[in-house]
Amino acid sequence: MTRKRFQLSLDELKENLLVMAGLAEQAIQRAIEAYRVRDLSICDLVSRSEIAINRLERDIDQAALDLLAMEQPMAIDLRFILSVIKINADLERVGDAAKSIVDRVRSMEQMAVAELPVDIPRMASLAADMVRKSLQSFIEADAEMARTVLTMDDAVDTMNRAAYKTLTKVMEEESHLAPQALNALMIARALERVADHATNIAEDVIFWVQGADVRHHKSLKKGPDPHAMGEAETA
Amino acid sequence: MSTVLVVAPLVAIFAYLIYKGASSLNLAFFTKIPKPEGEVGGGMANAIVGSGVLLGLASLIGVPIGIGGGIFLAEFGRGTKLANAVRFTADVLNGVPSIVMGVAVYGLIVTPRMPFSAISGGVALGIMMIPTVTRTTEEMLLMVPHAVREAALALGVPNWRSVLSITVKTASPGIITGCMLAFARVAGETAPLIFTAFGNSNWSVALNRPISALPLEIYRYAISPYDDQHRQAWAAALVLVVLIVAAVSLVRYVTSRGVLKGAS
Amino acid sequence: MGVGIEVANLNAWYGANHTLQDINLNIPANHATALIGPSGCGKSTFVRCLNRMHETNPIARVTGTVRIGDLDIYKDAKPVEIRRRVGMVFQRPNPFPTMSIYDNVAAGLKLNGYSNRRVLDEIVEQSLKDSALWDEVKDDLKKKSGASLSGGQQQRLCIARALAVDPEVLLMDEPASALDPVSTSKIEDLIFELKSQYTIVIVTHNMQQAARVAEKTGFFLNGRMVEFDATHKIFTNPSDKRTEDYITGRFG
Repeated sequence: MTRKRFQLSLDELKENLLVMAGLAEQAIQRAIEAYRVRDLSICDLVSRSEIAINRLERDIDQAALDLLAMEQPMAIDLRFILSVIKINADLERVGDAAKSIVDRVRSMEQMAVAELPVDIPRMASLAADMVRKSLQSFIEADAEMARTVLTMDDAVDTMNRAAYKTLTKVMEEESHLAPQALNALMIARALERVADHATNIAEDVIFWVQGADVRHHKSLKKGPDPHAMGEAETA
Repeated sequence: MSTVLVVAPLVAIFAYLIYKGASSLNLAFFTKIPKPEGEVGGGMANAIVGSGVLLGLASLIGVPIGIGGGIFLAEFGRGTKLANAVRFTADVLNGVPSIVMGVAVYGLIVTPRMPFSAISGGVALGIMMIPTVTRTTEEMLLMVPHAVREAALALGVPNWRSVLSITVKTASPGIITGCMLAFARVAGETAPLIFTAFGNSNWSVALNRPISALPLEIYRYAISPYDDQHRQAWAAALVLVVLIVAAVSLVRYVTSRGVLKGAS
Repeated sequence: MGVGIEVANLNAWYGANHTLQDINLNIPANHATALIGPSGCGKSTFVRCLNRMHETNPIARVTGTVRIGDLDIYKDAKPVEIRRRVGMVFQRPNPFPTMSIYDNVAAGLKLNGYSNRRVLDEIVEQSLKDSALWDEVKDDLKKKSGASLSGGQQQRLCIARALAVDPEVLLMDEPASALDPVSTSKIEDLIFELKSQYTIVIVTHNMQQAARVAEKTGFFLNGRMVEFDATHKIFTNPSDKRTEDYITGRFG
């Protein structure tokens, strides 16, 4: 097989991205857990992993840039590297979102516990599912799996809008709970962003595997793309 | 080192000729015709002119036929049976001893009505030039890179035109060298002239009469019993060599200027 | 102005070797079309069928149709006529070694009988300007021989020579493969300029070059044309796996 070195570089790039993915996924899971059990030590873990995530983002971008310059990748290799760069950015934002959530959890520590009519845990688990599934579709280069992630985004959006309505109502009518409500709102927002990033990752996988750009186009997210090509076997 | 080895014999011969022959060079040598046997003096003017005539005739016959043959072999007949036959013939012709050539031409052209003529001498020498010119022309043409021919063809130039105007022109330095080699070789040939040009003690440039030539005179004078004639033989040898070198150099000079600048 | 080329059921042989099999394609006018493929895939043979140079080899044979404009080049015209309408530039620059720069450019015209001095002067100047060589040689046109130029200049000289006979199509067989990157860039820029006046077909090993220069690209493999499409599609998302394997450099 020719271009062995190049193939090894691509494999290495993929592995590093998966490490990054693992860290990001873990950050979200921990943030959600911290929210659930109000454990500040878990918050610290998340803050520390943020440093590793940022450094990995820089390393992956640099490696991708080098491959573009040195190896003149074409077709599927080019799409793969482009996807890696974008997924890299999305994963870093997921890490940021986790950090936001953890910051909210820390502020809420000073406040009284409030029972709010929002199912943050469910929203959280949906968002985490989307992240996991989109990353799984990347590992397996499975465009169909990626497409299912795109459909999950609507549910999270709906929940976020509902949370907004409910929590603003709470802030108006029970102003003593306003700080908690505000924090909960911001957590919901962060989770909605996580879901968006998972969607982006899924779109990038479809672009890589099928060469189809399905961003911002509702109808394309439904069935198989008529211009789509065969599944990727390499990289 | 090898340059010295190659040049040394040439220099040696030249030096010896000069040593032996230069003293006999005088105006008379170049302007007078031979004196009758035994008499001292006289020159080889007629032989010098005669050689010129014979070589001119020979070139007129040998060069066009030879170059034409070379062009045919290299460009138009590649691989054909005819080409192989032509090449074989040329090689055989090359190996024919010069005296046999003289005898053959004698049998073919010299007749009771026209015994011994400049024409027959020219023909004999010309035929002897053909193989060398043909083979060298063929080789030089084959050395022209295929890319140059393709360039001409790709411009929509007909093949014959491409051969003449491009390929032959590109190979012309080599072709001319081939002609020079053939010329130099036949310039000194004596044996074929014995039966054809025959030699002539008087001024004569008529084509249908016997004509004098330097190699013939060298031979005749060298085997004569007279010292004076021996002297003149040496002088003639020197003059012959000098003339050949001069002719070759002149052609080289004229053509090198022409080739470098292009035809504009 | 350039014309389009229609190729239908083209097959070519060198002796018993079936070098091209059932080639069908339409090359658009006034565009640059690139032909890529591994060594020995037939792309050079194909291009030589377009100006009947394939026939200069005595054991070569062709069947099928090639129409340039509305002329069937195998039925309706002689090779010499075709080659005046379809020019060719070769991989290694091949200026005529015994001729000056001027004579090289004018060769196609002079050897075909044109002799009007003034017209020749104009054509030579225009051709050299079109091939971006005029400024570099205008003072030495008749003094310098074609072979005394640098490699990149020689190739531009060959392009000028081809342009001087005013062809409609320009075939280029790996024109920059023997040149350094700067000369290559100059040639590529040139192709870009020439596209508007001529139809250009360029055979290249260098995919990046095809990508930089050509609107359409055809991929040849083992004597067949596997895929022919817009260049950007071939290089970002080709339809055929064989094309993809080739352009990503993955064999075996």
